[in-house]
Amino acid sequence: MRLPIYLDNNATTQVDPRVFEAMTPFFLEHFGNAASKSHAFGWTAEEAVDYAREQVAKVIGANSKEVIFTSGATESNNLAIKGVFEMYAAKGNHIITVVTEHKAVLDTCKHLEKLGAEITYLPVGEDGLISMEQLEGAIRPTTILVSVMYGNNELGVLQPIREIGTLCRKHGVLFHTDATQAVGKIPVDVLADNIDLLSFTAHKMYGPKGIGALYVRRKNPRVKVTAQMDGGGHERGMRSGTLNVPGIIGFGKACEIAIQEMESEAVRLSAMRDRLEAALLQLEESYVNGTREHRLPHTTNISFKYVEGEGLMMGIKDIACSSGSACTSASLEPSYILKSLGLDDELAHSSIRFGLGRFTTDEEIDFAIDLVTKAVNKLRDMSPLWEMHKEGIDLKSIEWSEH
Amino acid sequence: MAYSEKVIDHYTNPRNIGTLDKASDTVGTGLVGAPECGDVMRLQIQVNEETGVIEDAKFKTFGCGSAIASSSLATEWIKGKTVDEALNIDNMDIVEELALPPVKIHCSVLAEDAIRAAINDYRQKRGLEPLVSDKVHH
Repeated sequence: MRLPIYLDNNATTQVDPRVFEAMTPFFLEHFGNAASKSHAFGWTAEEAVDYAREQVAKVIGANSKEVIFTSGATESNNLAIKGVFEMYAAKGNHIITVVTEHKAVLDTCKHLEKLGAEITYLPVGEDGLISMEQLEGAIRPTTILVSVMYGNNELGVLQPIREIGTLCRKHGVLFHTDATQAVGKIPVDVLADNIDLLSFTAHKMYGPKGIGALYVRRKNPRVKVTAQMDGGGHERGMRSGTLNVPGIIGFGKACEIAIQEMESEAVRLSAMRDRLEAALLQLEESYVNGTREHRLPHTTNISFKYVEGEGLMMGIKDIACSSGSACTSASLEPSYILKSLGLDDELAHSSIRFGLGRFTTDEEIDFAIDLVTKAVNKLRDMSPLWEMHKEGIDLKSIEWSEH
Repeated sequence: MAYSEKVIDHYTNPRNIGTLDKASDTVGTGLVGAPECGDVMRLQIQVNEETGVIEDAKFKTFGCGSAIASSSLATEWIKGKTVDEALNIDNMDIVEELALPPVKIHCSVLAEDAIRAAINDYRQKRGLEPLVSDKVHH
């Protein structure tokens, strides 16, 4: 086993060697511009891109003509939300989203607020999920878009996508989902789920960084987004810029592998994740954040009360993972996602996200269980809060000094 | 973020972890920080009433590696000093010794506050006025 072990697959994933292999000829040999129509270099590139586009479309149940290649999910989210806001300005200016969205959605919405958009930020329950009643209640005649993420990056919880799609269809409102964490991990079907726009990216599913896609529905209804970059009119005029051919080939290969292996991988990963979780919940005062019922197979987010997340990360430095604590940020604010579940700041500070992946082994999980358990126990032995808790002192009764 | 070797050393082998009897007349206890800020330090001193020398010091800290190292170092430094000498410890000395980056300076401030709070607790037990810091932290 090689150290450190990697349990941060929600941040990014290792490129699958099969993906890497598929990409390599497109750097030195088939380096043509897919838009060059006058020679074989261009034709070869175009043909390979066409094939990859089909693989990418297939992983979400779309038609290849509905796939717009971008630089990644951040750009896809920007293009979807800003593009709809501009294109559908005549219909309205109201967008509904959720407080636990990724910053690429939230900050895009904040940007649009300055340009006259009205945004509703739906809250979530302590399970991390939105309420369908609240969503329906938020829809107005001027609502043009609902943007709700598929699977949450920090918690792994899955929003009720099919119900949201059905509701949006009923009200004639477009539905965008940031499916960055979900595509390639669980079955995603834009037709069954009535999704109109869907953002995803290669590097979360064992593909390369710098390549992503936006699904834009072509039929029932035909959706259009205003381009956010001017240029050669690539990607049906919605996203100009020379295509990243090696990236697209890698993305296609990654999708092909995901289609083949997703089902068995999900079983393997959730079994390992559940084993990790069960062992760590043996520690007193440890809690899983968000619902355990509707979530991605490879993610768990656990708070170890009375232990500070960043301090814990240092104690488990042989495990690459991430913490909801933001001790390093100037604001000292813990994760806004954990806070929006109604978690006390101190629990948010004490959280660790484990993201398992295709290359995670049982041996690594054993190692992680052992190391985390030891580190939590050690830090609790030196935590004044743990000592107070053990003495039965209510921490809320203490007047803490701010700093 | 990369930690300095000294921070790693204090984190891995913290000095003077533990608890003194906070009810004792010769023990001063300082509890500073707040759980929601992600740092709480408790620093305790055992003072010789005759000489004013801090004969023992213990800490427990909830916080990041830098916070743990800052409090561990603080207990090391104040042991053997008189109460008055201990008050002269400046947070920037801790920053320098541990090579703390700018985002971690607050950990050193907290350690200095913890020393002062422990001394004030001890002073109050002896019927003395608490000392007020007029220092402006950077």
